[in-house]
Amino acid sequence: MPVDTTADSGPLLHAEKVTMRFGGLVANRDVDFTIPRGSIVSLIGPNGAGKTTFFNQLTGMLTPTSGDIVFDGASLVGRSPHEIVELGIGRTFQNIRLFGAMTVLANVMVGRHTRMKASWWASLLKLPSVRVEEEATRQRARELLQMVGLKRRYEEDWARNLPYGDQRRLELARALASDPKLLLLDEPTAGMNPGETQQMTGLIKRLRDELDLTVLLIEHDMKVVMGISERITVLDYGEKLAEGTPEEIRANPAVIEAYLGKQATSA
Amino acid sequence: MDLPMRRALFTGLLGGLAGVHVGLVGMIDSFQGRDTIADLITLGSMLPLLILLLVGWRAASPVKSAQLIPTGARTFILGAAAGATAGLILAALAALITAVNLRWILVNATPGLAEILQFGQGLVVGSLILIVGGALLGLAGASLHVVPPAIARSLAIAFVVSLAVALLEPFLGAVLRNLGLDAVEEVFFAGGGLTLVGAIVVFGLTAAGIYAWTTRGEGARERVAAMPADRRRNAKLIWYGVLFLLLLALPQLVGQRLSEVVGTVGLYVLLGLGLNIVVGFAGLLDLGYVAFYAVGAYTTAVLTSPSSPVFAPELPFWGALPFVIIAAALIGLMVGTPVLRLRGDYLAIVTLGFGEIARTIFLSAWAQPAVGGAQGILSIPPPLPFERDPQAIYYPILLFCIIAAVAATSLASSRVGRAWNAMREDESVAEATGVNTTVYKLLAFMLGAAFGCLSGALFAAKIGVVFPQSFDILVSINALALIILGGMGNIAGVVVGAIVLVGLPELLREFAEYRLLIYGAVLVAMMLLRPEGLLPSRQRQAELHERESDEDQYAETSGEETGRPVVTI
Repeated sequence: MPVDTTADSGPLLHAEKVTMRFGGLVANRDVDFTIPRGSIVSLIGPNGAGKTTFFNQLTGMLTPTSGDIVFDGASLVGRSPHEIVELGIGRTFQNIRLFGAMTVLANVMVGRHTRMKASWWASLLKLPSVRVEEEATRQRARELLQMVGLKRRYEEDWARNLPYGDQRRLELARALASDPKLLLLDEPTAGMNPGETQQMTGLIKRLRDELDLTVLLIEHDMKVVMGISERITVLDYGEKLAEGTPEEIRANPAVIEAYLGKQATSA
Repeated sequence: MDLPMRRALFTGLLGGLAGVHVGLVGMIDSFQGRDTIADLITLGSMLPLLILLLVGWRAASPVKSAQLIPTGARTFILGAAAGATAGLILAALAALITAVNLRWILVNATPGLAEILQFGQGLVVGSLILIVGGALLGLAGASLHVVPPAIARSLAIAFVVSLAVALLEPFLGAVLRNLGLDAVEEVFFAGGGLTLVGAIVVFGLTAAGIYAWTTRGEGARERVAAMPADRRRNAKLIWYGVLFLLLLALPQLVGQRLSEVVGTVGLYVLLGLGLNIVVGFAGLLDLGYVAFYAVGAYTTAVLTSPSSPVFAPELPFWGALPFVIIAAALIGLMVGTPVLRLRGDYLAIVTLGFGEIARTIFLSAWAQPAVGGAQGILSIPPPLPFERDPQAIYYPILLFCIIAAVAATSLASSRVGRAWNAMREDESVAEATGVNTTVYKLLAFMLGAAFGCLSGALFAAKIGVVFPQSFDILVSINALALIILGGMGNIAGVVVGAIVLVGLPELLREFAEYRLLIYGAVLVAMMLLRPEGLLPSRQRQAELHERESDEDQYAETSGEETGRPVVTI
């Protein structure tokens, strides 16, 4: 039964029987997955469970061996990453991957690339329309930097010179610059101390409300996952192990077993 | 012997060996004919002198690995020890040459070389001069670490500038004479270099200027930054206007013969600007850039020359230009498409191949009916309806250089330039941020090809003939070396790079023979001392001098890779 991912109340993204094989290795097997509009959903699982592989199929870095992923009415299968950004999916990376030798502002402005129209010859001639668009982009980039809480004085600094926590914020601003409907966050609090982690989860929630976003995150920190998610999907050995609200997941014996081993459940 | 002293002696040894090498390849001898400071120091003696200074400077610098910083008298001792060591080795070389005839293996080991090294003072006195002089020069080099950094910097830059002015004597002297300032020329220049007065004035003024700029420059920069935007724009416009007028007058200022050199420099500026789009902006290391140059030259030749074998519509230069652009777009696509999936080293090797393929095709029997094979194509008409005149051809070259410079500047700060930079920084992230990397790679190749082809077209029209031999890998290397030297991503850098690497060898015949040796030395020195180039764009500077404390920022943490415990259920 086809799922309508365009309706206002329905899911924004629906993945059906997604399988990803690398030679003999099956990284994802028949994963069904749904992200309701406006929700914050987490994807968790032990190391090597296939979370990042699944993520990469959503962003077009990988193409599923079989199965289909429908986002906002369009299939993502076979599309290249930049087309998927244009459709409205923005992402951040597990290990921060900024454009290190570009300014903070330029990083965010690159993020807006798909929403800009200036062609190469118009840019070359610096047509008035290009100047207007450039200025608007700069304004928008500044708004986003402010929104994620980066100080104005960092604007002209090199991205790689920012403190770690601010690099995470900048990556977030860059992802937001493409006006995504769905924001994919790959371990947004990795390497952060408890204070920074708390700020980041607060920020994610606030952004979701202010920008009308839907958020999917991969996260290892259970405090973060339980505190922020409305729904959680657990992957183990490439297959979906469980799905539900944080409470349901916390009580699910299969999940506890996957995380702590058999003794934990019997103890 | 402690670590700094051991290093000082080792540095001296290396410096001495470098001096021996420079002497035995014949550089000292053949640079002897040109004075740096008239009747005082020849360019030939400048080489060991420079080496001794550098050795002293290096020997007294902090030992990074052990975090030892030589201070006080120690600095001087280290510098003098290193300088004396290097001097000793040079003295030994001179003695050896005098005692044994080595010319049957080392053609340049002549008595003349020994005489230059010993300052014509014979074995004993000459050797003493070398060793003591070496120690003194080493000491002078070392003293740069003792004086305040601002002064050391001013002195070092003033030294380099004075040397550059001395080397540019043929050019600057001609300009002064053509301006009718013969009197000034006579005071400042003589014997292919500066006069003593000239050297003192140039050195003094530069040192004072740089010192003022380093110590008080901050204030001036702030005042400029505080100026209202429209006034700043006016100041900029005036500056560009003056520069433009100077450039317009240049052929008249330097005269017929040097206009030829200026024109060649201009062609390389154009090449450099084009290659800079591909390498500097988009980060695609193209070692076969000569292919574009060749296609531009041959397209022009075939379309305009009455003597081109089969196809002879004999268009005027400007009529052929649109076809050159079309050819550029096509060749850009042809080179770009197969290498879309290649990165870094692999891309470099494949493009290197393309450069050779282009030359081989133009040389081949297969293409001979169209492009004349090894005989090339002759009598290509000049772009302007005058006889072939280097002062006239300069203007179209200038025109296209300005177009290229303006185009590169506006692209650099646009959506397109940002997309290229993002691609250079991290291709897969650029793609995941919404940049269609395929399209932007091809665009970089096509625009790069356009400037390369234009440069080739002007080259063909400038010299009137094209041969396959003109398009060997050296053109690619020249173009790449000049943007590396000048500073990648910066237009002024490209101009400076072209002047140093293309203009100087044309001006000084002595250099031409050692061109590749000097290239090698300059590039190695640049990579060690100033990897961002002489006039870097701010971007490259950040990239290459990023905080050296990357390691002690957070290690790249990730649960997935470190297997950090994750359980708090």
